Amino acid sequence: MAGKPKLHYTKGRGKMESIRWLLAAAGVEFEEEFIETKEDLEKLRNDGVLMFQQVPMVEIDGMKMVQTRAILSYIAAKYNLYGKDLKERAWIDMYVEGTTDLMGMIMYLPFQPADTKEKNLALIIERATTRYFPVYEKALKDHGHDYLVGNKLSWADIHLLEAILMAEECKPDILSAFPLLQAFKGRTSNIPTIKKFLQPGSQRKPPTDEKFVAVVRKIFNI
Amino acid sequence: MSGKPKLHYFNGRGRMESIRWLLAAAGVEVCLYGSLLFQQVPMVEIDGMKMVQSRAIGNYIAMKYNLYGKDLKERALIDMYVEAVIDLNELLMTHILQPADKREQHFATIVDKATNRYFPVYEKVLKDHGQDFLVGNQFSRADVQLLETLLMAEECKPDILAKFPLLQSFKARISNIPTIKKFLQPGSQRKPPLQEKDLPKVMKIFH
Repeated sequence: MAGKPKLHYTKGRGKMESIRWLLAAAGVEFEEEFIETKEDLEKLRNDGVLMFQQVPMVEIDGMKMVQTRAILSYIAAKYNLYGKDLKERAWIDMYVEGTTDLMGMIMYLPFQPADTKEKNLALIIERATTRYFPVYEKALKDHGHDYLVGNKLSWADIHLLEAILMAEECKPDILSAFPLLQAFKGRTSNIPTIKKFLQPGSQRKPPTDEKFVAVVRKIFNI
Repeated sequence: MSGKPKLHYFNGRGRMESIRWLLAAAGVEVCLYGSLLFQQVPMVEIDGMKMVQSRAIGNYIAMKYNLYGKDLKERALIDMYVEAVIDLNELLMTHILQPADKREQHFATIVDKATNRYFPVYEKVLKDHGQDFLVGNQFSRADVQLLETLLMAEECKPDILAKFPLLQSFKARISNIPTIKKFLQPGSQRKPPLQEKDLPKVMKIFH
């Protein structure tokens, strides 16, 4: 019998956080091995376990999977969070790509030079409130269901909740013009597996602070 | 009204090119819509949907035309290979956007990443199983996207495959698949590389 998935990454959110969210929401227990120094990363590379010398890497079902999207797609499909057919999958993919773009912007914010931070934060808020959130608000409005696709919890919902919470860390009232997203947030946060993940002591990681930025720069030489 | 997928983009490669490759490889005729502007491009009208996000579109086409492996594990492998190729593509595509003083260094990065990080992986995959295609002994999206990238990389540096004999024969083999061969001929919907002179126009569209 396969053991628990094992995640290889730093102790921060980065590109692994969405994977943690998805596994947690699916109720899948997982282990983590943290890269804390440059040497830890070098060891993984020298052991030949990183296909393209990069992390995230997740050991799952006998595979050493790399590439964030590949990992997420696999988990979503395996745990029935990827819709019931090709068309639902298409919608989930489209929605997830949007939230990926938004979260990507937020993820890089702590790494931007100090003098561009204000500008970049303003751009994130603008994109969130004029390009991304309106799409999800409209989707929920149009079908009136609890979930984005197929009237059933999917990867798209989990990813959107993650993005909403990250955006709120940037600007606490960022959802003020989006009542349906507010309700969505409340509802989805209450799903037992997700509620558990949102509690202190879970494997959810905190936002990246300046101190951790320095650690990451050292590990990845950036 | 024709049921052919309709592509909305500007008349260049960009993020639409991989989609053109996939559709061509699957033998799907498309309707060209030309250079219209939307909030989001690429956009492909297909099967009653207006699809955006190149990955979502690529996933859909690959699934629909059976270019996505036979099971979840093959799909996982295909996804891994394709995602890495997308990363390399991104590097290749952004080369022309580099300011003149950064170009040489960027070029060196491209060549380094291509020949030390990415190509060795695919060379090894082909070597280890000895089959014609990357995954599952069957033509898949991974083969299409890899070929696309190999050709783009050669446009950057013609002898970039010098140390990769299996990739060279892979390139020849896949290029000879009838649908792909057709796409590689003049007059197909394949787009040429972006030229410097086109840059201002492209920047204007996307800015």
